[in-house]
Amino acid sequence: MEVLTSLGHGFAVALEPLNLFWCFVGVFLGTAVGVMPGLGPAATIAMLLPLTFNMPPTTAVIMLAGIYYGAKYGGSTTAILLNVPGESASVVTCLDGYQMARNGRAGAALGIAAISSFIAGTVGVLGLMLLAPPLAKFGLSFSSPEYFALMVMGLAMVVLLAGKSMIKALLAMLLGLWIASMGIDLFSDASRFTFGQSELLDGVDFVIVAIGVFALGEVFGNMEKRGEGTMLPVPKGLRNLLPTMAELKACRFAFLNGSIIGFIIGVLPGAGSTIASFISYGVEKAVSKHPEKFGTGVPEGVAAPEGANNSETGGAMVPLLTLGIPGSGTTAILLAAFILWGLRPGPLMIQENPDLFWGLVASMYVGNVMLLVLNLPLIPLFAQILKLREYILYPIIFGISIVGVYAVSGSLFDCWMLVVFGLLGYAIRRLDYPSAPLILGLVLGDSMERALRQSLMMSQGDLAILVSRPISATMLILAIVLLCLPLFRRANQWRVKALEENG
Amino acid sequence: MAQSKWIKGDVISGAVLAALGAYIVSEAWRWDYSTAEGPGPGFFPIWYGIAMVVLSIVLVVRSGLSAAPAEKTVDWPGIGRALTVWAAFAVCVALMKPLGLLIALALLTLFVVAVMYGQSLKVALAVAVGNAAGFYLVFGLALQLNLPAGPLGF
Repeated sequence: MEVLTSLGHGFAVALEPLNLFWCFVGVFLGTAVGVMPGLGPAATIAMLLPLTFNMPPTTAVIMLAGIYYGAKYGGSTTAILLNVPGESASVVTCLDGYQMARNGRAGAALGIAAISSFIAGTVGVLGLMLLAPPLAKFGLSFSSPEYFALMVMGLAMVVLLAGKSMIKALLAMLLGLWIASMGIDLFSDASRFTFGQSELLDGVDFVIVAIGVFALGEVFGNMEKRGEGTMLPVPKGLRNLLPTMAELKACRFAFLNGSIIGFIIGVLPGAGSTIASFISYGVEKAVSKHPEKFGTGVPEGVAAPEGANNSETGGAMVPLLTLGIPGSGTTAILLAAFILWGLRPGPLMIQENPDLFWGLVASMYVGNVMLLVLNLPLIPLFAQILKLREYILYPIIFGISIVGVYAVSGSLFDCWMLVVFGLLGYAIRRLDYPSAPLILGLVLGDSMERALRQSLMMSQGDLAILVSRPISATMLILAIVLLCLPLFRRANQWRVKALEENG
Repeated sequence: MAQSKWIKGDVISGAVLAALGAYIVSEAWRWDYSTAEGPGPGFFPIWYGIAMVVLSIVLVVRSGLSAAPAEKTVDWPGIGRALTVWAAFAVCVALMKPLGLLIALALLTLFVVAVMYGQSLKVALAVAVGNAAGFYLVFGLALQLNLPAGPLGF
């Protein structure tokens, strides 16, 4: 009952004209970037973050979250029409979506993707609404050792699932921790790793690293080669986008499967929507009466992964909002955004900022409806984005990146830092280092060091405090188990196979 | 052309990261490891610096000793294209102070369109002017952001 009252309050916030407008802008932009291969929600949120500084935090969060889940809708369009996933989470949608399009059912495939995204996205928000409050209450019992252990576990999970080489993932995470250490020490006045530059005393702004690594790194990587796929014709008219009753009936289990698996995977740090979509596709194929037809253009092969990757968004918001622990690069950027606005996601967030939490939850319901209504009739319009030439798009991204960084501090030094982190972003892509552990290490670095040092202050330097408390001990043991998994050949084969499938 | 198994991305990046780890440890060594209140500013960096050195060495050794064929043929022309654009981006940032953002961005756009994508000068000029004008309208006029201005006042 309390949840319903709070949700009602949330709808009052979400339906305010200003919030409604920015929610629309967010989901529209999200769909547009989802359609564009090579530009993801993480890069977009990072680039647009500085432009939200003048907005009320609730409005800004609603817009940025709209970009996040809107991109999931958009990613399927290129997968189906071009056989090129707009987002990594849409890789698996190519398998059956593109085949459906080649069989003349492009409209139905796009329609199923939109309907499945809507159903699963709504289920994901429902899960967020029901799971977040009790988890936040549980989180209230956490002290520094538990927080440290939780962050270690989250990072371990991300490292486990971020790349084929765990060593590289760990090194990327350590690089993030190092960047986070730059500036004045948290507890003393020692300046660390500032290279004699006064501009580094306040540390490296997260926005610079995020834009450099995600936006510029992606663009430099894409500049390596030019090549455009052949787009299948875009179906015109709403009628041509609606699946048949038989197709919808075939998808009913896929809608449920995608919703549940996506949400559960979303709650786990590190797994992310790509893994959610693959697992959901695998389950759908395993229980299907005609598994041999998967890959030839079956509607369930579109519904399950598209549902999972949308439901995952609601799941990913749970640890972010209730414990302040992001599970992916995009949620790490959202966490940084919260911190920039002076908010601290964690167990007290729902109590202290009910407008923001419940407004966000309600806006996600509203946003999902907007996306369904928008997406079906506007698919031909969004598909036009694919015709935008790279040589027009990339200079725009360069400009937004510079403006995004300069707007935060008005400092040209920061623009030079952007040049450096752009090169780093390209290098880690080229050398096959995952970027998610780097960003998570950067975002969690300060908090992790603070929690560790506070724990040791509490225990007067005795490290046993980390393992003598049941919750932190359990989480640390889990972290060790996760990091040791690759040592077991069979577990590592499964992990590498899953990551290879993810492309 | 076959390349030495010691000259490949993992070995080189591992060596660079090992050096960075050593630098982190050497810097952290100069700060207090612990104080009367608890761990000092050197405590955390020393440990992750050591971890970085150890993991980098493991990466270098494993990669260098692996008998498996080295990575796919390196796409040097592709890397050259990417690094050229990165250098152009750096020049754009350098030109922001003397010329202002809009002119610097227009020049970068001109370079990308004409040189990297081989479009005609007419197309390149149109895109460059359009891009700069768009930024002026959206960020300068509509959002009233304080952008680096050049001698012409924009």
